[in-house]
Amino acid sequence: MYVAVKGGEAAIANAHRLLADRRRGDRDLPAITNDQVVAQLSLAVDRVMAEASLYDPALAALAIRQARGDMIEAIFILRAYRTTLPRFGSSLPVETGEMAIERRISATYKDLPGGQLLGPTFDYTHRLLDPALLEDGDVPEGTRRPASGEPAMRVSDILSGEGLIEGDGEAGGENGPGDITRTPMEFPMGRDVRLQALARGDEGFLLALAYSTQRGYARTHPFAGEIRIGSVEVEIETPELGFAAPLGRLKLTECQMINQFKGSASAPPQFTRGYGLVFGQSERKAMAMALVDRALRADEFGEDRTAPAQDEEFVISHCDNVQATGFVEHLKLPHYVDFQAELDLVRRMRREYEAARHPADDASEAAE
Amino acid sequence: MTPKEYAMDRPAQAGSVLDPVLRRRLMAVLARLPRQRLESILAQIAPDVEIHPVRGPETGLVMVRGRIGGGGSPFNLGEATVSRATVRLSTGEIGHGQLLGTDRQHARLAAILDALHQRGDHQGAIAAFITDSEAELAQAERRQAEETAATRVDFFTMVRGDD
Repeated sequence: MYVAVKGGEAAIANAHRLLADRRRGDRDLPAITNDQVVAQLSLAVDRVMAEASLYDPALAALAIRQARGDMIEAIFILRAYRTTLPRFGSSLPVETGEMAIERRISATYKDLPGGQLLGPTFDYTHRLLDPALLEDGDVPEGTRRPASGEPAMRVSDILSGEGLIEGDGEAGGENGPGDITRTPMEFPMGRDVRLQALARGDEGFLLALAYSTQRGYARTHPFAGEIRIGSVEVEIETPELGFAAPLGRLKLTECQMINQFKGSASAPPQFTRGYGLVFGQSERKAMAMALVDRALRADEFGEDRTAPAQDEEFVISHCDNVQATGFVEHLKLPHYVDFQAELDLVRRMRREYEAARHPADDASEAAE
Repeated sequence: MTPKEYAMDRPAQAGSVLDPVLRRRLMAVLARLPRQRLESILAQIAPDVEIHPVRGPETGLVMVRGRIGGGGSPFNLGEATVSRATVRLSTGEIGHGQLLGTDRQHARLAAILDALHQRGDHQGAIAAFITDSEAELAQAERRQAEETAATRVDFFTMVRGDD
């Protein structure tokens, strides 16, 4: 028989103390500061902000340090923190066309207004470990060249001028866009709600799904029409001011994926699109999001839904790594009673199995 | 009393006499400059200003919206931390401060400077502060734009040597 017990209080307290000790590590080494994490592990900070769905580099860095570098744990901590704060309102939609650009590339046009701006990219590096980083040597500043001042026209606008590509996309009800943090998700969902879910979705999960579309599970013939990274101004409508109050700038990555055509008897063929927008600098995530966004639009284009990446309920229900880790990791919690019941059950089944197999033995035993 | 009710109570104080474009420019620089810069300008122009809190300072969230496809319908991208404060000067002017992040003291300083700007007795100093700050922020932006421009690809055509 199982008797419910309490316990483990001292063990838990000591485990947490040990966690703090191991997190600090060798006391002969200096502790990492928050500012160092923000400045030198900035892409880790960006990922935590994106998947926690909360933009705050200092708090994301704190979460990373607290989690000893475990990204999903850090995302979890930051996501939990956001639930403690009141919502002041919503910003005006940010204008990515007016981004202060740090990187902008197009794989569809070689020469385009504003040019191909590589920015601080890992592309074209050789992916060789660099022992020079082991030494704390001087790092030269970036080369500078007068900026042309030529505006970086959106690639989708270049194509839409000729009517060769579908429009940006309309979705959402009269009361503005849906919000998964306020309303339980329902399927099928609008593209506005889907993009919100994808924007906070796990990079690895979305990357794998995006990859699956390229390998033939819902092929969409994608081109990276444009990827841009930079900062945009955030403003909030403020009735008492009579104008939208500026709050500062935040960094975003945007991906415009261009996909193969769709036309009908009433509309000439044109390119279709997938869209990705992510907090911080994260073009892998933005690209994956755009590919998955396009795959999930299968019904809009009358495409057969045959692959996982086209299954909205499957993709959206499983892309949140905080939910996923919560349910997977809860298996660690005590299931002693559940398991005791299963144990009793399997023993009873085995007795019945043995009894069915050897009825004669039973009978002879009974006779003895 | 909420700031909005207060403003409606005193329509003449609702900022109508001041150029809203200049006020917006002030708010934009107050949100982006380091807090120390706000402390120093305040110490310079009105070190002993008497302030009554109206709201906050407090930290909360703003849902940041994007647009589908970059220019279509809005969607909710994710939240950002925002700190805000509203203060009233003893002479009645209401100031608002709001910015990304959790620095409530920064928001409060921004609200005080907004209120002082509306009182009008430091207009010259504040206008100079706006101009100088914008120049400083523009310089940082220009630097980044120039570093980015240096990574612009200059395509050239390979010329075959067998002419």
